[in-house]
Amino acid sequence: MNQMTPPAQPDPALPPAVSVRGLRKRYGKLEVLKGINFDAHRGEVVSILGSSGSGKSTLLRCINMLEIPEAGTVTVDGTEIALVTRRDGGRRPADPRAMDQLRARIGMVFQDFNLWSHKTVLGNVIEAPTHVQKRPRAECIAEARALLDKVGIADKADQYPSRLSGGQQQRAAIARALAMNPAVMLFDEPTSALDPELVGEVLRVIRALAEEGRTMLIVTHEVSFARDISDTVVFMNDGVIEESGPPEEVFAAGNNTRLARFVEG
Amino acid sequence: MDFEFLSQTFVALLPGIPVTLELATLSLMLGAGLALAFAVVRVRRLRPLNWLVIGYVYVFRGTPLLVQLFIIYYGLAQFPEIRSSFAWTYLREPYWCALLALALNTAAYGSEILRGALLSVPRGQIMAAQACGMSGFLLFRRIVFPIALRQALPAYGNEFILMIKATSLASLVTLADVTGIAARIIAETYRPVEVFVAAGTIYLAISYGLILLVRVAETRLNPDRRDPAPVAGVGAARKEVTP
Ligand SMILES: Nc1ncnc2c1ncn2[C@@H]1O[C@H](COP(=O)(O)OP(=O)(O)OP(=O)(O)O)[C@@H](O)[C@H]1O
Ligand SMILES: [Mg+2]
Repeated sequence: MNQMTPPAQPDPALPPAVSVRGLRKRYGKLEVLKGINFDAHRGEVVSILGSSGSGKSTLLRCINMLEIPEAGTVTVDGTEIALVTRRDGGRRPADPRAMDQLRARIGMVFQDFNLWSHKTVLGNVIEAPTHVQKRPRAECIAEARALLDKVGIADKADQYPSRLSGGQQQRAAIARALAMNPAVMLFDEPTSALDPELVGEVLRVIRALAEEGRTMLIVTHEVSFARDISDTVVFMNDGVIEESGPPEEVFAAGNNTRLARFVEG
Repeated sequence: MDFEFLSQTFVALLPGIPVTLELATLSLMLGAGLALAFAVVRVRRLRPLNWLVIGYVYVFRGTPLLVQLFIIYYGLAQFPEIRSSFAWTYLREPYWCALLALALNTAAYGSEILRGALLSVPRGQIMAAQACGMSGFLLFRRIVFPIALRQALPAYGNEFILMIKATSLASLVTLADVTGIAARIIAETYRPVEVFVAAGTIYLAISYGLILLVRVAETRLNPDRRDPAPVAGVGAARKEVTP
């Protein structure tokens, strides 16, 4: 990293960066989230583990309302995302503009990168700062270059995503999310689509962000990485949080057989 | 073949070129605008407009352009409401009838091309934009439309060329485009082969120019495909050093 900041400690005195209460989500008959409660404090790194289909991605997508939960509340940085009930029983955001503003404060990094294919790496990073936050272009470009340098792909700024390796694309996607200076970063299996030899470069960037004291929720299958960098580990199973706490407690032997089986792979 | 006559004919056809080009350009611009509107209606399933557009596309793709042109040119005059309306100042002119028929026809084909292109925009890229706080027109203008356009361009370029050739039907409602002038010369000289060879050459040249234009546009819109991509690779990535 360019500037070394002392590792920040999560601060439970402040209101949580993310607070989820009674969250429920179903797809048709399938209930994917069955009442989720948790808080992520400022500066806290939360890893979310769980078997495939346990609802981890759905949980992240509900936090920034890419999926609208049927019940429950999500509060980000003190602002609750207001939902109103539609006539057909589903819910929708009460104020779409407020939702956009809130989403702009939540950075999201996807499993398959999802960089915009018609823009260069630099174009990807400055897109939302210039058009959503409407900040001066020159300032955004300068910041974007610094971020690309930070994630180690400064030399790729003018390349198109299709010319980058998976690891480089994911680091560009991380820079794109950081450019909005989000209150919280959501990572959905950021290394799952990568060849094994490219995983390390992305994990290094995420680790550096953790050491900077950024608030992050990370869905991952990299158990030892999660154990290493997390303040809190959450284990999801079948739509509920089964275990949650500091890694050394959650991973303590004999604690939860399902978790033990998951850790062993 | 009489080359002197051929070159004379060629020169005589030149005044038709601006008419042909203007007809093609205007109908394509008008048609593309309509096509985009129709495509958005279809993709977003805006009812009841959606049903209207489906019917419209079905009718205009399912009937010959010539029939559409004749219905507009001969048919509209039978409605007193139209004859007494302001639109009649245009619709009595063969030029505007031809333009209207061409534009409505290409709008039907174009809307299907654009609909397919809009549907092909990867869901993940849209989600990434929404996650950054983009929505509505901003999301469409900055992300969805540019990606769709790149997807649509090859097929739409084909539509451009079809339309250049379709303008020749306008000669049947008395327009003096390249084909219209050619028909008149044939009537005067009874030498169809030379005249059509000259006319065909002109269409060929226009189409060639258009193909070049579309290719330039494609290269400009897809700088990443300009030359063969190096294998996006493991090898290159390994040399990277993360600070
Ligand atoms: N859009 C959708 N429509 C219908 N069902 C869905 C949809 N998205 C997810 N599901 C279902 O919801 C369940 C939970 O999905 P989710 O993607 O949240 O799991 P996950 O924990 O992220 O799994 P993985 O580790 O495989 O990514 C799965 O059974 C999945 O099939
Ligand atoms: Mg998932």
